[in-house]
Amino acid sequence: MTQLLLFNLFNGLIIGAFYALMALGLSLILNLSGVINFAHGGFLAIGGYLAYMLIPYIGFWGALAVAPVLTAGLGLVVERVLIRPLYGRDPLYSLLLTFGLAFILEDGTRYIWGPATLPFAVPGWLSSPLSNTLFFLTGYRMFMVALVVVAVIGLFLILNRTRLGMRIRAGTLDLETVSVLGVNTRILRNLNFGLGIYLAGLAGVLAAGMLGLQPTIGSTLIMPSFVAIIIGGLGSLPGTLLGGLLIGVASGVTTVFFPSASEAVIYVIMGLVLPVRPRGLLGEEGRF
Amino acid sequence: MNTFGKRAADIAVWLLLLSMPYWLNWIGGYTSLGSRVLVLALAAMSLNFLLGFTGVLSFGHAAYFGLGVYGAALTIKYLTPSTLAGIAVGVIAGTVAAAIIGALIVRLRGIYFAMVTIAFGQVFYFIAYRWNSVTGGDDGLSGWQRLPIDLGFTTVDILGNDKAFYYLVLACFAIAVAIMAALLRSPFGRTLLAIRENERRARFLGIPVDRHIWLSWVISCLFVSLAGTLYAFLNNFADPHDLRWDQSGDFVIMAVLGGMRVFWGPLIGAAIFVVLQDYISSETANWMSFIGLFFVLVVLFFPRGVLGLIQRRAAP
Repeated sequence: MTQLLLFNLFNGLIIGAFYALMALGLSLILNLSGVINFAHGGFLAIGGYLAYMLIPYIGFWGALAVAPVLTAGLGLVVERVLIRPLYGRDPLYSLLLTFGLAFILEDGTRYIWGPATLPFAVPGWLSSPLSNTLFFLTGYRMFMVALVVVAVIGLFLILNRTRLGMRIRAGTLDLETVSVLGVNTRILRNLNFGLGIYLAGLAGVLAAGMLGLQPTIGSTLIMPSFVAIIIGGLGSLPGTLLGGLLIGVASGVTTVFFPSASEAVIYVIMGLVLPVRPRGLLGEEGRF
Repeated sequence: MNTFGKRAADIAVWLLLLSMPYWLNWIGGYTSLGSRVLVLALAAMSLNFLLGFTGVLSFGHAAYFGLGVYGAALTIKYLTPSTLAGIAVGVIAGTVAAAIIGALIVRLRGIYFAMVTIAFGQVFYFIAYRWNSVTGGDDGLSGWQRLPIDLGFTTVDILGNDKAFYYLVLACFAIAVAIMAALLRSPFGRTLLAIRENERRARFLGIPVDRHIWLSWVISCLFVSLAGTLYAFLNNFADPHDLRWDQSGDFVIMAVLGGMRVFWGPLIGAAIFVVLQDYISSETANWMSFIGLFFVLVVLFFPRGVLGLIQRRAAP
């Protein structure tokens, strides 16, 4: 029982790390541009499939490095061509556009790579268990947690230590003032979108190694990411991180006791948090 | 548009809808396609009560639509073989759920509201998807069908006669639409418009904004769940995808495509969307891409919708 609980707790933590990685990208875009990116899951899938294509040529590590960058490049183009014209309009329109885009990306991946789950090879030494008693602690899972930690630290370093990050944070608070101070906010929003999509691509490569690749991988992961943002608090990246880990662990633990409710439980948590704290756990008062 | 023009447009719409089963076959349609247009138009118009006339963006209306679907289906399958009881239970289920969830989220605004409605919508999807023994899970709920309505003096055979079912749907549609139109003309409806135009000013005038938005939300969800029950009877089947977020997106695109600021807009939007979807899904397996592309094109090139565009042309 303890082992089962530990297993699901750890599993939940990993899933939570995924949710957090994806939700952080969504949050970045939402905070600066006010766009709910429904297509985030589609970009995640693209990241995974690109890595799948690249592995035979440049190996797992090369693909891990390159695929998210290519995905981010696609994100930059999409932002420039499709989303930029919608800034300043009712958020309804960007929501509908990314919604349609999510359909196109999911169907496109299905068209190109087929509906079946593709095997995604990770290096052999990563996939063996680290110890006999704790069979679930495979190297890949440990590696994944480590990589998410590195990515999150990297993101916070970018936001807090670089000029770009400073501008993104300032723009989140007051984009108009940032613009008046001589920052090109079009480029800022573009780069910020790319950064968010980079995180989606990275999550895609990691998710592919753990769950296998299928076209619906994105749409199954996107809803919990929304919930993570809402629970953590809109406008707060640490909140998003906390929200992701929280719902991951919660659904992991629920799997032990009541498996069929493992998806619904995260919405129950949201229903409990909202009446008490409408702005989310770490959200700022009055921003939304 | 002047009052006379509006009146003429209303009469034209009703005449077209009343005579639809008699001309639809000539232009390559079939009666149940007409029923489908009406049901989805009712859902889109109910959503638009909130979206277009109160200015609140809900992206989770499929949940209440789906509660209508499952409420009706489960009632007929397990409780009592009565179409009217199915409608009653479906509408009550959807409205009660909306009233409770609405109370939780009514203070949120804009994209935050949209996101929370999306997320809450998924709860019911997962319940329908996971609770295999009752809801049939991913396979949906079949093994039941709509039943003739016994009015005491006569029986309406809506099961065997597609036209009879169409007129049942039209009757429900007419009642719902008339109530919504009357509400929008009333002081209550004018207040909703005021909130849409300038929420802060409405608040300063002493209008309890949150309560009005909550009421508008509940009314909107009530009629959406009514549409849901009719949708269940139309298909004689309950599909968990009726509850999913992509269904919510379909309703929103119908409203936008027809014109959010025009009362009849969503009806036009639903007609275009349903016919297009019917055509595309019979032509290609990649219909998802085409529907997605359609969303993108509408947003980029047609944001005012069909009727919005016409109305703008007509107004000097």
